[in-house]
Amino acid sequence: MSTRPLSPHLTVYRMSRYTLATSFFNRVTGVGLSAGLPLLVYWLVSVAGGARAYGQAQRLFGLSLMRLVYAGLVVAFSYHLLAGLRHLVWDTGHALERSQSRRSAYLIVVLSIALMLLLAYGTWRAVVRAS
Amino acid sequence: MSLRSPLGRVLGLGAARQGVRRWWHQRLTALALVPLAIWFVVSLLALPGLDHATVAAWMSQTWTALLLILFVVTAAWHSQLGVREVVEDYVHGAGSKALTMVIVSFAHVLLAAAGVFAVLRVAFGAAP
Repeated sequence: MSTRPLSPHLTVYRMSRYTLATSFFNRVTGVGLSAGLPLLVYWLVSVAGGARAYGQAQRLFGLSLMRLVYAGLVVAFSYHLLAGLRHLVWDTGHALERSQSRRSAYLIVVLSIALMLLLAYGTWRAVVRAS
Repeated sequence: MSLRSPLGRVLGLGAARQGVRRWWHQRLTALALVPLAIWFVVSLLALPGLDHATVAAWMSQTWTALLLILFVVTAAWHSQLGVREVVEDYVHGAGSKALTMVIVSFAHVLLAAAGVFAVLRVAFGAAP
């Protein structure tokens, strides 16, 4: 086992490279969204459990610590959606040139920040309406 | 001397034709999740309130229930494929890797089943 090459060798890559940064952040946000999946399912189950179970869930979802989680999910959702679309375009064989890849990297970063702000505003309005 | 025909040997030893299955499923679920996830986030943020009555009424609509089920199942599937890939890269050692994979698979199936059951329970009016 130890004699076989291991992947990935993080130390041999230059972390400042936009190719690595966009790819790594896509993976990190994906794992973040996976961590959000139990929250979604718990929310659905609590609705099915009736008003009292939903009230218990609301106490958890209303904790101020959860605002940090929502902020993380907004960032993860926005970036992973756009980075995922970039990958789907690549899968069709388009925009694979280095200059195009660099441009699309900037594009998804700018667009995901715009989407983050939009979602943050939407979430804030929903929270105000709910309270 | 083997009694197997050359063709049989080749078929038995060749590729299982499943090498790209996970890759393809990841793309399919990604494509499906684009509209599903956008629909979910927009509908959630557009709800007039987040009290139990409002959310339950929303969930029991036919299209909402259907899309929620598709969303939960597709998201769990996509998540499972993604987390598996991360485990493949970062968890070394055959035993711990296999164990982590089993836990990841079981957890995702549980999440998907619980989500689908919850939506159906509300949609069929069986929730208390």
